[in-house]
Amino acid sequence: MTSMTRRLVSSFAAAASAVLIVSPVLAAEGDGPEIVRQQWAFSGFRGQFDQAQLQRGFQVYKEVCAACHGLNRVNFRNLVQPGGPGFPEEAVKALAAEWPNQITDGPNDEGKMFERPARLSDPIRGPYRNEKEARAAQNGAYPPDLSLIAKARGVARNPSWWTHPFLMLGDIVKSYQEGGSDYLFALLTGYTDPPADVKVGDGMYYNKAFPGHQLAMPTPLQPDQVAYSDGTKPTVENYAKDVAAFLAWSADPTHDQRKRIGWQVMLYLLVTTALLYLGKKRIWADVKH
Amino acid sequence: MSGHTSSYEPTSRWGKWFDERLPIARLVHGSFVAFPTPRNLNYLWTFGGILMFCLVAQIITGIVLAMHYQPSDTAAFNSIEHIRRDVNYGWMIRNMHAVGASMFFIAVYIHIFRGLYYGSYKAPREVLWILGVIILLVMMATAFLGYTLPWGQMSFWGVTVITNLFSALDTIYQGLGTGIVEWLWGGYSVSGVTLNRFFSLHYLLPFVLTGIVILHVWALHVVGQNNPTGLELKEPSEAVPMHPYATSKDIVGLFAFLLLFAWFVFFMPDYLGHADNYNEANPLVTPPHIVPEWYFLPFYAILRAFTGSFLGIPLGSYAKLLGVIAMFAAIAILAFAPWLDTSRVRSAKYRPLFKWAFWAFAFTCVALGYLGAKPAEGVYVLWAQIFTVLYFAYFLVAMPVLGLIETPKKLPRSINEAVLGPDAAAAAAKH
Repeated sequence: MTSMTRRLVSSFAAAASAVLIVSPVLAAEGDGPEIVRQQWAFSGFRGQFDQAQLQRGFQVYKEVCAACHGLNRVNFRNLVQPGGPGFPEEAVKALAAEWPNQITDGPNDEGKMFERPARLSDPIRGPYRNEKEARAAQNGAYPPDLSLIAKARGVARNPSWWTHPFLMLGDIVKSYQEGGSDYLFALLTGYTDPPADVKVGDGMYYNKAFPGHQLAMPTPLQPDQVAYSDGTKPTVENYAKDVAAFLAWSADPTHDQRKRIGWQVMLYLLVTTALLYLGKKRIWADVKH
Repeated sequence: MSGHTSSYEPTSRWGKWFDERLPIARLVHGSFVAFPTPRNLNYLWTFGGILMFCLVAQIITGIVLAMHYQPSDTAAFNSIEHIRRDVNYGWMIRNMHAVGASMFFIAVYIHIFRGLYYGSYKAPREVLWILGVIILLVMMATAFLGYTLPWGQMSFWGVTVITNLFSALDTIYQGLGTGIVEWLWGGYSVSGVTLNRFFSLHYLLPFVLTGIVILHVWALHVVGQNNPTGLELKEPSEAVPMHPYATSKDIVGLFAFLLLFAWFVFFMPDYLGHADNYNEANPLVTPPHIVPEWYFLPFYAILRAFTGSFLGIPLGSYAKLLGVIAMFAAIAILAFAPWLDTSRVRSAKYRPLFKWAFWAFAFTCVALGYLGAKPAEGVYVLWAQIFTVLYFAYFLVAMPVLGLIETPKKLPRSINEAVLGPDAAAAAAKH
């Protein structure tokens, strides 16, 4: 039942997301639309992030998303660390220094706050200082910080009550945790023309993956918008996939280490359980029970 | 701590000196080394030890988390992210604690169902059983308080909904419920003040729990363990010393359980939680559906089964109060099981009808859990009402009635006979 609660809650989490200006459509919305599961390099218990993909994903974030969205819980230094995009330190230092959204520091010796370029230890700021400034600039909508977005969203599934336990078990065995990235990919590639009977509100855009189907964010990705340098095709699907992977890392920067240690722990536990079982058998050998 | 006399003999002079002044080694030896355990215990009996591990693990990981956590409405959510991202292995400690809460409940529910199946609640184990029910209640309170601390959306709104339950008491005496709710909150809404006191209580209760667990173990060691046959120990040969027999089995059970535990900690730490709790608490945005953690879902379903009417009976303004009463009664009724069950036979193994009732009850609990996660509307409400009736029927109908009308299977005369067969048992008794 937990995946179902996750499903329910995550679809409503999406519904409650601050991107949306509350619309009457939402009130009638039950579960969110079905989201197609994608193959990710980091899928399942063996998955690890693909460093090249994280680098491309950061490029998409920087050139597209960062125009409106911050990444406040990620520091520039994190972009250097293993398990992430792993950019060279010097390149990230330069990137931080040129980042358009500077850091407010101070007070200085005159008691005044001042703006300075970002350093490695500073967070990746978005263009807005606070929610009010963002809403004023965005026609009332609030582009949320993206640091945790991949964990704060999930996929909706609506199985019948009797298939539900089996799907749940399947998810546990496969250790499916990529709902957030699946949702982000579906959202970023989900902009279509609205069906004839749907009237899209003023300043809203139709998206088949978004709960309620109307959101204030215009189609962010266009083909050929970001120039990849590693030969990956500049398509909307590739952009969406790369940035969704990057945001999965932003929400879970210790992911690779977690799964690596996880295998060591599982192996240790398996061997120890087997040995303890043999020991137990030996101890009980003379006692019928 | 044991009804069993210790055979402890200190070997060193210092050991003898100390034993005459504080016989703690004697106590431990008598309670956890030489203590006689039935020879026929199955792996379901390893969950007591597993639960002990869970409690200690929660306390240790919790103390470490508290070193990095900040219980204030502006800092709590950020401090959890700080733990996840910047504290060395903070992600691991945090996952162990969050997943650990779920594992604790998995283990405690198995432990309780084992007790229900084998009739471990019956005389002379009533006090042991009631202490267990109190442990469950304190565990639930602790888990609920702990779920507040990340200060995400589901934390905030979960607390708002559950604490608001007390306002149902307004139906009895105007202002009573509201007064209690405001007293719990420390204000007129859930706020940082609430978070601060909930943190304080969340740190306190595990130690209260430890105290009750000690009483629980003490009571167990006075009356002795039940076993799959439900028969009392009659012969010394029916028991084996706790160490190395029970301990070697317990540790196999524990490590097998840790495999499951680690799977969630390392490969799917967020599966048992809610995505919405990665959004910081926002009093201005209500999630359309507020769902508690999975281990509360059956009780949540019972609470919400009491809408304007219950199976066609109009409830009017008492609906909420009755829902709250039913929810708490669903736990409290466990404490009365020793007197509700009229059968002289303990173990469901020898009770052909009761066995069915037990599995129907287990299914009912799972079904209520499923319904607790569904929106309280349409056909879900009807099913929640039906299963609520079945839940209580297990205690109020099946337990008293089946004991009177059921013909139990022929019981073995002793544990030895069940294990060894009649002839060998007679031979063993001669020795």
